Amino acid sequence: MTDRMLRKPHLRSPTDETLLTKLVLIGIGGSFLAFFLFLPLIVVFVEAFRNGIGRYWDALVEPDAAAAIRLTLTVAAIAVPLNLVFGVAAAWAIAKFEFRGKAFLITLIDLPFSISPVISGLVYVLLFGSQSLLGPILKRYGIEILFAVPGIVLATVFVTFPFVARELIPLMQDQGTGDEEAALSLGASGWQTFRFVTLPNIKWGLLYGVLLCNARAMGEFGAVSVVSGHIRGLTNTMPLHVEILYNEYNMAAAFAVASLLAALALVTLALKTLLEIRFDAGNAGGRRH
Amino acid sequence: MTRPARLFTLAAASLLATLLVAPQVMADTTLLNVSYDPTREFYKDFNAAFARHYKAETGETVTIQQSHGGSGKQARSVIDGLEADVVTLALESDIDAIAANGGKIKPDWRGRLPNNSAPYTSTIVFLVRKGNPKNIHDWGDLVKGDVQIVTPNPKTSGGARWNYLAAWAWASKEFKGDQAEIRAYIADLYRRAPVLDSGARGSTVTFAQRQIGDVLLAWENEAYLAGEEFGKDAFEIVVPSMSILAEPPVAVVDANVDAKGTRKVAEAYLQYLYSDEGQNLAAKHFYRPARREVVKPELLKALPDIKLVTIDDPIFGGWKKAQPEHFGDGGIFDQIYKPAR
Amino acid sequence: MTSATAFKRWRVKEPSIIPGFGLTLGFSLAYLSLIILIPLAGLVWRASSLSGAELLAILTDARTLAALKVSFGTALIAAAVNAVFGVLICWVLVRYDFPGRRLIDAMVDLPFALPTAVAGISLSALYAPQGWIGAWFAPFGIRIAYTPIGITIALIFIGLPFVVRTVQPVMEEIDRDVEEAAATLGANRFQTVFKVLLPGLAPAILTGFALAFARGVGEYGSVVFIAGNIPYVSEIAPLLIVIRLEEFNYAGATAIATIMLAISFAMLLVINLIQAWSRARYGHD
Repeated sequence: MTDRMLRKPHLRSPTDETLLTKLVLIGIGGSFLAFFLFLPLIVVFVEAFRNGIGRYWDALVEPDAAAAIRLTLTVAAIAVPLNLVFGVAAAWAIAKFEFRGKAFLITLIDLPFSISPVISGLVYVLLFGSQSLLGPILKRYGIEILFAVPGIVLATVFVTFPFVARELIPLMQDQGTGDEEAALSLGASGWQTFRFVTLPNIKWGLLYGVLLCNARAMGEFGAVSVVSGHIRGLTNTMPLHVEILYNEYNMAAAFAVASLLAALALVTLALKTLLEIRFDAGNAGGRRH
Repeated sequence: MTRPARLFTLAAASLLATLLVAPQVMADTTLLNVSYDPTREFYKDFNAAFARHYKAETGETVTIQQSHGGSGKQARSVIDGLEADVVTLALESDIDAIAANGGKIKPDWRGRLPNNSAPYTSTIVFLVRKGNPKNIHDWGDLVKGDVQIVTPNPKTSGGARWNYLAAWAWASKEFKGDQAEIRAYIADLYRRAPVLDSGARGSTVTFAQRQIGDVLLAWENEAYLAGEEFGKDAFEIVVPSMSILAEPPVAVVDANVDAKGTRKVAEAYLQYLYSDEGQNLAAKHFYRPARREVVKPELLKALPDIKLVTIDDPIFGGWKKAQPEHFGDGGIFDQIYKPAR
Repeated sequence: MTSATAFKRWRVKEPSIIPGFGLTLGFSLAYLSLIILIPLAGLVWRASSLSGAELLAILTDARTLAALKVSFGTALIAAAVNAVFGVLICWVLVRYDFPGRRLIDAMVDLPFALPTAVAGISLSALYAPQGWIGAWFAPFGIRIAYTPIGITIALIFIGLPFVVRTVQPVMEEIDRDVEEAAATLGANRFQTVFKVLLPGLAPAILTGFALAFARGVGEYGSVVFIAGNIPYVSEIAPLLIVIRLEEFNYAGATAIATIMLAISFAMLLVINLIQAWSRARYGHD
């Protein structure tokens, strides 16, 4: 498990392929990635700067775009910490204890991964819409959820729900309970044990989960689109703003905002790679979504 | 050991700072105008004009927020709780839907403003590619040869319903009211639609940007706008022999303005659509103003005279009858809509 | 507090000196219920208020069936393409050393990090008839964007990392002795790879395939831009849910969502079963 990234240098093993086979395979894999991954990324930046830096900058500081950027940051700033706390708590309960129904609980945590984002939004429309049971009650107390920031946050939390937990559970399971038991038997309190024993062990996995959670939170489209109401400058997140600009024939501006999101994705990947290089992949492994 | 902790604190602090510094400029009054697709450019101008006017008149600052989408979809959002102060939709029946489902708008809304609450009207024209390669001049040409048509989904888009009704009106005259022939024509029309977007704007993007189809059935103003956006030499507008008088109505959302205390400014906002400035702006964005007399003649020149049938014509019998008959669940559209497979 | 009741209900746990079980599990369950379970229950409750006949009518409606077929068909093809190329890319990344390997390894995760809407507009800009790639095919009358081919391409983009990241760690752990033994026993390289190595990777490939497939069936953001959204041809099930919502047709939206939810849940169980089976048989997942 832990030597996942330690590649043994099998340079000329008898079980190697010929150089030609290697080159062909690398070529096929490389072209596949070039067509399906690299080109789309390049297009974003080419289209964004098509009309020059000036127009690019204008598109980003335009008030509705700026508001969308702010909203996206706000939503991520609420959703990510919530899922962080949940992820740590769930991983603690699942990894450090044996109890019945654990496998089922893990499946439930995984559920948002395989649910269509559209459904994630729809459930909140059904729950909080004016036609629902809860909607009119909340309305009476002046609480707005649907078509307002709380709804967007909820949909985002739903979609990004498993990221931190899914990263931490296998990691903490691998580490077992020995360290914690030692600390406790030496008289440390539960909180101290977590703070000084567990946390340092899982910090990189935690960061890794937060990183992925954040990327998805800022980029979510389907779920947020269903609950947002698309009010410019108020409930439009960056991905929704991209769609609006795209539908206004404003390709350059759409790709300008998209390029910010693409840059965010690149930063995420860079940080992730850094985490993996510096700290054994065992810390940042698990199933990655 | 404390490094990660410091890192977290730093990250959290910087995030918090971003949020606090981010200026949340709140104006004295904020209105939300929930509108349909092709009005984006018009309301951008009009909102600025109204804010200026209102400030001069009352000294209050008002900010207007916009939401755009297919008309039916927008109505659904308002029914579901989107806090619109005013709705400026494509169809009477969409506002009726808000009145009927949850009663946020009082049923008498149509009588509160002049011209059946429609400050501007429009109609449906064709947008074809430069040089009109498929030789499309009237509704009959749409079902000739391999012509492909781009139009939005009548279930979600108001403009799409006007498209459908305009075609129906022409067919009704052409086939002298023979229901079977009219239906066959409409069915043929929609068989030629490779894409049904949810709003008029999506269809324009499909036609103009994605280069799909030979002809776009479009709002008159949307057709002109596409011409401006993509260059005059990309497309031509074809005006058919007859079309439909589309009346996009506006209304104050009673329940919302009363809850938010914005009734006064919301009503002033809609009233201002009928003012000289509002009417001129509408014409500038290729809407047909309700008060032609106050509009500069050169703005009216772009809007040609077409023989227009209204929704109240006996072949339709008004929205209350036409909506369920044509677009309701299991209505005529559902019966005949079998797209190419 | 919820934690106290949760503690009692979950009493059937092995004793441990580590504290915080009640607190963490209670919090997790409360949070899980609030965010995921109650909203999903609301959906199911709403669907259950439809009569069986209504539900059946919606689900057997030609358009619903066509949309489900498009979603499942394109997701299946995309997942299959990803299974083949994903394994190949894994092989290249794990076994060979070449300049840029680390970059490629990092970039494989791009679809996880890139917002789907960005992928959507960028793919449609590429594959539209006048786009960079679409323009090569247009003269031959081949349309990619706005057809099911376009949907498949978007789903290939979305699903690739699921296969690579599931297979890669398992492939890295393959014991080279097995290959040497096979070679010694006279198997040629082709036989070794296809008869010895790939069967061992099968559970991982299957898991990756299933994950990519599950994600593809539900994908919305990247697909709507490139799909063309033509009913019966290139309309995906999640889009049909949105369309039904926009048409005020809550029953329709809810019914389709419920059936998709059931399928998602089934997919998840299948994935977990594959992994349990693989753990039992091969000792890894």
